[in-house]
Formats: sequence, structure tokens, C-alpha cells
Amino acid sequence: MIGSIKKYFSDIYNGVKSLFTGMKVTGHYVTHPGEIITQQYPENRDTLKMFERFRGEVVLIHDENNEHKCTGCSACELACPNGTIEIISDKAIDEETGKPKKIIDTFVYHLQMCTFCNLCILACPTDAIKMAQTYEHSVFDRSELTKVLNKPGSKIMQGIK
Amino acid sequence: MGFSIYDFSDFINNIHAFLIETFSPAIGNIIGMAIVAVCFLGFIALLGLSLVYIERKVCALFQQRLGPMRVGKWGTAQTVADIIKLIFKEPLMTKDSDKFLFNLAPFIVMIAPVMAISLIPFASGLQAVDFDIGIFFIVAVSSIGVTGILLAGWSSNNKYSLIGAMRSGAQIVSYELSVILSLLTIVVLSGSLQLSVIVESQREGWWIFRGHIPAIIAFIIFIVASTAESNRGPFDMAEAESEITAGFHTEYSGIKFAYFFLAEYVNMFIIAAVGATIFFGGWMPLHIGNIEFFNNAMDLIPPVIWFFMKVSAIIFLLMWFKWTFPRLRIDQMLTLEWKYLLPLNIMNILLMSLVVLTDFHF
Amino acid sequence: MEEVAQNIETQEYFINMGPQHPSTHGVLRLMLTLDGEIIKKVQPHLGYIHRSIEKMCEKDSYQQVVHLTDRMDYLGCHINNEAVCLTVEKGLELEVPDRVKVIRTIISELTRLSSHQLWWGVMGMDLGAITTFLYGFRDREMITDIFEETCGARLTMNYNVPGGLMFDIHPNFQNRTKQFLEHFKKKLPEYDKLLTGNVIFTERTKGIGYLSKEDAISYGVTGPSARASGFSCDVRKKNPYSAYDRVDFKEILFTEGDCFARYQARIAEMWESMKIIEQLIDNIPEGEYKAKTKAVIKLPPGEYYQRVETPRGELGVYIISDNKKNPYRVKFRSPGFSNLSALDKMARGFKIADLVAIMSTLDLVIPDIDR
Repeated sequence: MIGSIKKYFSDIYNGVKSLFTGMKVTGHYVTHPGEIITQQYPENRDTLKMFERFRGEVVLIHDENNEHKCTGCSACELACPNGTIEIISDKAIDEETGKPKKIIDTFVYHLQMCTFCNLCILACPTDAIKMAQTYEHSVFDRSELTKVLNKPGSKIMQGIK
Repeated sequence: MGFSIYDFSDFINNIHAFLIETFSPAIGNIIGMAIVAVCFLGFIALLGLSLVYIERKVCALFQQRLGPMRVGKWGTAQTVADIIKLIFKEPLMTKDSDKFLFNLAPFIVMIAPVMAISLIPFASGLQAVDFDIGIFFIVAVSSIGVTGILLAGWSSNNKYSLIGAMRSGAQIVSYELSVILSLLTIVVLSGSLQLSVIVESQREGWWIFRGHIPAIIAFIIFIVASTAESNRGPFDMAEAESEITAGFHTEYSGIKFAYFFLAEYVNMFIIAAVGATIFFGGWMPLHIGNIEFFNNAMDLIPPVIWFFMKVSAIIFLLMWFKWTFPRLRIDQMLTLEWKYLLPLNIMNILLMSLVVLTDFHF
Repeated sequence: MEEVAQNIETQEYFINMGPQHPSTHGVLRLMLTLDGEIIKKVQPHLGYIHRSIEKMCEKDSYQQVVHLTDRMDYLGCHINNEAVCLTVEKGLELEVPDRVKVIRTIISELTRLSSHQLWWGVMGMDLGAITTFLYGFRDREMITDIFEETCGARLTMNYNVPGGLMFDIHPNFQNRTKQFLEHFKKKLPEYDKLLTGNVIFTERTKGIGYLSKEDAISYGVTGPSARASGFSCDVRKKNPYSAYDRVDFKEILFTEGDCFARYQARIAEMWESMKIIEQLIDNIPEGEYKAKTKAVIKLPPGEYYQRVETPRGELGVYIISDNKKNPYRVKFRSPGFSNLSALDKMARGFKIADLVAIMSTLDLVIPDIDR
């Protein structure tokens, strides 16, 4: 009898004590507003920097002479699991050797199908494409997500086979 | 019109006299009542808006967030925007719901806090009605709300709503007891049910200090039980969103949902106000015995400010509970009431009676 | 009184919990048969998020299969990737460099930590303590930053390729991981203060959803949920892969088999995971980050099976190859599916609120159940 009464009151005491322990934790945070972790996104756009390996979208690297390294070998197209990349190639005459060779006409990239798995980048033998660190991909029309990666008038760099 | 921030009774009496002189006594009284009603409705609307904002900010602080920041400076206009959105939303209704009761329920839920708020003494003389059965009246009307909740759950024709309503019914009916008994503990001490008398009786010191141990126990029980009665914090199983989606107001949308929302916050204010009035002296400044210097210094702060400071402190405590603890289960909640709070409460009243009989309080 | 009770006609009723419900964490539909608040029967219905990942794997090359597994158990994606890679490596009889093994183990354990952190937060939220959700995510954020820097993505990392890793770890990886461990060692006791010791939480979980050891075995329950019932089933101990054979850690075993034991098992696993990472983080051997593989991988004809320990339990990858560049058949034995099957057994006789607690201690991830 005495034991059960004792247990009754010790239960109450321990229960209330455990509640206060929890309140102490949350109370700590309410009194330390310096530890707030929220980032105010559109405002901090200028200072927001993605990590260099972040996979935002596939881009074809162009240098200042508007030249890229894509030979149109379509290794990336084969490596892609989702049919995200479509390479429409064209025939051209190699100026040095005079032989016909394959060049890209359009490098189509369907951003809406991309799972950002990085397999195309690994597959590329000439390192012509890379992942860009962009992250704001929303558009008003779905067709805007289908992109042509080679810039108009661009051509392949010298010496890339 | 002798207006003083420290005592409103002259001011109110002057207005009353002016109204009766200008019009006939009957019309003057009616106009007076209308003015009071408009003031209270405005106050309730303002209260709802500011409490929702405060709750969101406080909750954010507990969770290491910033809370609303977009609408207005520091997000202050956020709740206004929310209300505008709710007003323009389509009032949806389920197909086989009981249309009349479904529309009636939000108003019944609102009646309880509106009736109870009229008894709260905001400052000396600033009280709409001063019944000599004040506490009894507040306790009685605050249980009207449960009818609204039950009706809402029943008429929605939704099983989740019905479960929520039934839970809420069981919860409010049982916790009512503890609220009453914990308030009675102080009534034993002060010897009156009239709120203005209770406040006046704390001129020498607040009851929570003067009534020492039994008063503190009563306050803890009051806070726990009234949190449960207002369906808040760890006792929100009537609207437990992770179990029964939103409980009794699952099917409500638009302005009718806003009524439930508003009622919850006004209820929270009333709990805090009653708690502050009974245990912390209402608008009475902090007085310690006969230390003249200290008491006079405290008197300089207007009573309205004292009242709202105490109320905010209790509201903060309620929010602290809500944003820290997990929710109880329905049977555990009933166990807590019937096995722990009620016996403790009865023992506490006995203890308090002994304290009063032996004059052992300060 | 009894007479009255006999004369009242009561009726069992159905209620659909889900597919859209706050605590089914996705699109799981539970058909509950209730008597008042008491659960008589639970029937899980699946199929709302079926994407036929196993069938899609059959058209993909072995490199491409890996990224699909990210989308199964998205909270343990690295471990899923690793499982596929281990199976393919088994088929190729390829010995991956030591460096790869160690890095895979570290990232696996980080994944486990992040998954358990999220679980802890969500568990609190299911029981009504919304603040824990934010705290869980706060600590998880540091791990996702580590992943983002090294692997390039926060959730669907796809860091493994058959034969090794996609690229070497980032130079900051070790520092950041150590910083995280230091931070989390301070924060994990806070988890205990908020939930483990809390009287409301223990009342809600102790003795709820009992699963005996025999039932755990017969339903195929694995992972922390089974270890809380005393069923020793840690693949990392029983069948070590990657670098688990060289680290010292305990297999967490509880015997109570209730929600609280499952909760404690996961909290204790977080400490063990931190212990594993601490042992390895300074001892990453030098070497290649990828073994040489052919551009087109063809597995010799045959059947290959590899099991790993995900945060939710045992994941098995079964590949049948017919010497083509894509698998003939892929089957995933996902832990969530078997764990869910025990739900009915555990929940009968308890209340709706208990069902929520049981579901969160099973740590269900619906895309993992419904592939």
C-alpha cells in the first residue's frame, strides 16, 4: 500500500521532470536566435553558390572562339538511361585530309527527362559536356525545357578526333 | 471625462452617464451595449490575427526557423493575407452532410469564447460584465464550445471527423472537472467568485505567492487541464493531423474553417486571462507586502500593461508546451485526468482549506 | 451495466487511411477495420507509386541500372547503388580497390545516419511533436551537404559505378565529415532529452505493437525493426561486404519487440554508425577510386545475389544474366515490403494513434515497398 502510493507520487515526479528536460531543450533554442538555420532563398541568390560537383544541367562547353569539343560520336546518347540526349549529326569534309567526317548538327537535350545521373559526362571521350551548377529550372512552358546545347555557328575545335 | 490609464471606472461611468442623459435610459443602455459589443468583436478579430502571427513566430523560434517573413515587414501582414484568402475561398460541403448543423457548428464554437471574454477584467473598471458568480459563469459558458465541435464532427458525414468529435467530447467533459476544481482552490482562498473581488483581494500579493504550495499545484493543474480543454498542445487529439487528418474540421473550408481557428486562439487567450486573473492578480501590479517604495514603483506601470504582460507569459507557456511535447493517446489522456489530476486536485483543495483554516498563507 | 452494453448494437466499420494521409509518408493505403478506435484488421494496399523499376532494369545496361535504384529507397540510395554494384562486381569476379571499399562504407554509414535522423524527426511528428521534425532535418542537412560536395547530388546521389566510384572523394570530405561527427555528438543527446526520456513518448511507445522474434522471422522482418525483437540479422555482421569486416561495431539487439525497443535500436544504431565512420575516416587507403572495367559490361550467364544492410533492413539484389549487355531479370528484395507485411500482426487490438506509432517505428519508405 505504502509502496504503491510512493510509486504513484514518484511517477508523477519523474514524469514532470522528464517534461521539463524536453522544455529546456526547446527553451534553449528560443533564447538563442543566433542559431536559426533558415536561409532566405530568393534574397540570398547572389551569395548562394553550389558545390562544383553539383549536377544542375548538362551543358556543352564552348570556348571564346565559339568552338566546342563534341565530335558527334553519340556515346552520351547511348549512355543515357532515359533518352535525354539526342544528337542529330551531319556530314562535312575534313579540311586537312579531305575525307568526309561526322559533325554535330544539333545537340538536343531534354531537361525534363534528365535524372542527373552523370553517366553521359563519364561516357564522353572528349570531355565536351559537363554538368553546370544552375538550379533554377522552372519555366512556364514545357517546350522550353528542350534545349539545343550547341550555340549557333559553333564548330568543333581543331585537333579533336 | 476624467480619463486615466490607471483606473477606467470613472471614464466608463462618465460615458454611461452621458449616454443616458443624451438619450432616454433605455436607448442609452442599448447604445452602450452596442458600443461594448463592437469593441469586443474588434478586439477578438485583432486578437485572432495577432495570436496566429505570434504563434507562428514563436513556433518558428522553437524550431530554429524565421517564420513568416514575406508579407509586410517581418511578415506582420501574413495573417491578414491568410484571412483574405480564407474569405474568398469556396465554402465546400460534403454531399450527404447535414447542411443546417454543418453551418451552425462554427458559430456555436465561437459563442463560448465571446461570452467568456466579457467577464475578463482588463483593468480596473475595464470589464463588460461583473457578475458575482463570475468564475462559475466562465466555466459554464466555456463548455458550450464542445457542442459545436460535436455537431461539426457529426454533420460532416466523415468518419475521421466523427472520431475527432467523439475524442473531443470525452476530453472536454473530463477536463472541465479539473479546471473547476483548480479554480475553486483559489476561490477558497479569496472567498469570492466575483472576478473583480478576486483581483482586488490580491492587492497585497498575488495568490500564487500568498497561497504557496497548494496555489502552485493548482496553477499547474489549471494550465494542464485548460490546455486540454481548449484542444491544444499535447492534447490536440481531436484534430490530431497525423492520426485523423484534421479531426472535426476536416471538411470545413474557407471562412467557416477560420471560425474554428479563431475560436481556438480566443480560447487560448481566455485561458491565459483567467489564469492571470485568478493566480497572478489580473491587472494588479506586483506588490510585495508593505515595501512602500517597491509597491509604488510597480504601480507606475499601467494595469492594462500588467494584465497583457501576464497573459502573454501564460500564452507563451502554452505555446512552449505545444511545440515541445508529443501528443497523448486518448485513453492516456483520460487516465491522466481521472487517475492523476482529479485525485491530486481534491487533495489540493483539502490542503488549501486547511491552509485557510489555520491562516497559514501570507 | 452489462445488460446495457449487450443491448447496444455496435458495428465494425472501415476507414481508408491513405493514399493521401499525413502519416502514411507517401501513397500507402491502409484499409482499417475498426471497432470504435480499436483496430481489428489492417489491410495494406499497394500500387499507387508503382514504376516497374525491376522491368525498367531489364532494358538498361549495368551502369544504368544503378541510378534507378536511387529511386527505390531514396533515404538509403547510396546503399542501394552499392548493392547493385556489388552484385555486378560479384558477377565479373572483380576485386575493387581498398580505397573504394572504405569510401563506400563511410558513405553508407552517413546515409544510414541521415536516414535515421529523418526517421527520428518524422517519428516525433507522427506522435505530435512537430519540433523534432525540424531538428532532425537540421542535422541531416550537414550530411546532405557532404554528399552534395562529394557526389554532386543531395538525395539521388548515384555515386557508385560497377567497379568503383564515379569520382574520387572531394578534398573537403574528411574535414566536413569530422565536423559533422563533432556536431552530431552534441546533438544526439538532445534527441534523447526531447523524446526518449519524455514520459508522454514512453507511454505512447512502450508495450505498443509487440512483434515476437518468431513472428519477425516468419514475416521476414529485417533491420532495426527485427533486431528490436531479438532477431540477429545484421548483414554487416553476418555477411560482411565492403569494409565492414575490418571495423569494430556492435550489433544492436533488444528483446522487448515493442515500438520503444525499435526506437531505441535506431538511436543506438546512430551511435554505432558514428563509431564506424570514426574508425575509417582517417584511414582511407591511397589508391585508385575505380577498378578497370570494360565500357560495355557483360556478366557471364548465371544468377547473382548480393544482400546489404540498408537503414530499413536487408536489401537483396538478384540478377540473372544471359551474357547480354543488359540483365535478363532483376529482382530486388526490399526490406520495407516484408516489414510492412507484419503491420497487421502488430497493430491488431491497438488504437489508431498506436498504428501511427507502429508505422513510424517500422520506418516505411513507400517507393521502396512499391517499386
